[in-house]
Amino acid sequence: MTINEAQDELIEDFELFDDWESKYEYIIDLGKQFPPLEEQYKTEDNIIKGCQSRVWLNAFMDGDLLKFEADSDAIIVRGLVSMLVKVLSGHTPEEIAKADLYFMEKVGLHQHLAQTRSNGLASMLKQMRTYGIAYQATN
Amino acid sequence: MNNFPDIASIRNDFPILNEIVNGKQLVYFDNAATTQKPRIVLDALSGYYEHYNANIHRGIHHLAEKATGAFEDSRRRLQKFINAELSEEVIFTYGTTDSINLVAQSYGRKFLKEGDEIIISTMEHHSNIVPWQMLCEEKGCVLRVIPINDEGELLMDEYEKMLSEKTKFVSVVHVSNSLGTINPVAEIIEKAHKVGAKVLLDGAQASSHFTIDVQALDVDFYALSLHKIYGPTGMGILYGKKELLEAMPPYRGGGEMIKEVTFEKTTYNELPYKFEAGTPNIADVVAAKYAIDYVDTLGKPNISKHENDLLLYATEAVREIPGLRIIGQAKEKVSVLSFVVDGMHHQDIAVILDNQGIAVRTGHHCTQPLMSRLGILGTTRASFAVYNTIEEIDGLIKGLHKAKKMLG
Repeated sequence: MTINEAQDELIEDFELFDDWESKYEYIIDLGKQFPPLEEQYKTEDNIIKGCQSRVWLNAFMDGDLLKFEADSDAIIVRGLVSMLVKVLSGHTPEEIAKADLYFMEKVGLHQHLAQTRSNGLASMLKQMRTYGIAYQATN
Repeated sequence: MNNFPDIASIRNDFPILNEIVNGKQLVYFDNAATTQKPRIVLDALSGYYEHYNANIHRGIHHLAEKATGAFEDSRRRLQKFINAELSEEVIFTYGTTDSINLVAQSYGRKFLKEGDEIIISTMEHHSNIVPWQMLCEEKGCVLRVIPINDEGELLMDEYEKMLSEKTKFVSVVHVSNSLGTINPVAEIIEKAHKVGAKVLLDGAQASSHFTIDVQALDVDFYALSLHKIYGPTGMGILYGKKELLEAMPPYRGGGEMIKEVTFEKTTYNELPYKFEAGTPNIADVVAAKYAIDYVDTLGKPNISKHENDLLLYATEAVREIPGLRIIGQAKEKVSVLSFVVDGMHHQDIAVILDNQGIAVRTGHHCTQPLMSRLGILGTTRASFAVYNTIEEIDGLIKGLHKAKKMLG
């Protein structure tokens, strides 16, 4: 699945919800189902500190593909993190660096990306792209 | 509850309270971060720009004179608000943080030296920690921290033990932004003065809730922000005793603060202008007077009574939320209700509440050392102002039940 196919699939999922409650219940479910990051990867290097919640991001190359694992101590952020991982993980560094992320806006969750200091999500996305650029350079 | 005065008519003074947020009527419980502004303040702001916008103090024309008059009127109004003896003891700043930095950079750099001790407390906002750390780093002073008990009250015995001839400065918060604790500042000041130390109070959270009397307190410096007292953002004051301000060097150079400039030597203007370099925030200073008038017309004792009624009601009401623990249970508190709920992250609570139109603040509230002392990462904080109602608190409780259901 390409990055855009994954985004479109999420957009389609969210079309089923007509109120905020069902939408957030779905995000909370995604958060609950998302596999937790192993403790050994919850390091100072991998932490992205927001004012309110913490996000951990671990990146590694698997063949030609850049993969991500992540976690957060807040469940809604965890659900949002799982969507970013679903969309971006397992693609080439170049694809990740160049990806046009439109799904957050389409599903009406862009405010979570705008709260740069509070939830660490925007910083995480930036970090994912930075890994893309960095691994592109080393390949 | 008494029917002071008529909350419905007070709410009508605040246009923003009619906003619809996420399809719901806004419930604004983030007043400790900033209060909303009454119409009279908004009108003063636009009135200034529409009718007498001009640069102050030097212009010889009608608008400049009118603007200068309004600006200095505001200073006298604030002087009265805190009961300062002289209007030149009121310096306009960008806010509390700026006021504290002014004292640290000007008084601190001139009068503090290596080995001198500065006392702050565990419950300080970062803005009353970092400026002193910067000074300590530069001058080799030692920062000491008054500990607290689990209720969120200062351990005054420990404070007393810390005081010695080495203590040169004490800078503490009048009211804690995270916990609502009202500190025993009169006692703090009296004891500091006995060892010859000067005292600054961070009044950011105190000034909207009860009467401030800098002369009765005998405090050396008092810092506050107008945006927390129903006034505009981006302005505050530093009160300082005249003899101290006179002895302090200016710390920003520019226009307005000078008497005469030559390339060889510049002489500085007198108080308060010595500390007000550059064109000040005229519009907001002018509008601040109207905020203070508004507060005094309602009457601070009435405001305090109403807020305290809300706090008592909310403190009782949140008990029905399973697993909720109030953080900050000092005997003397303003209308700040900080709490944690077992198994729920504060950020998640805030997102669920926001979707119901309820604005609260969550996180460490810029008091990370305090959160570490309490062994938590952050809290959810609801803070009440004069325009809040019992019905809104009922809405918060309903909202918390919903959060519990969705996140549990």
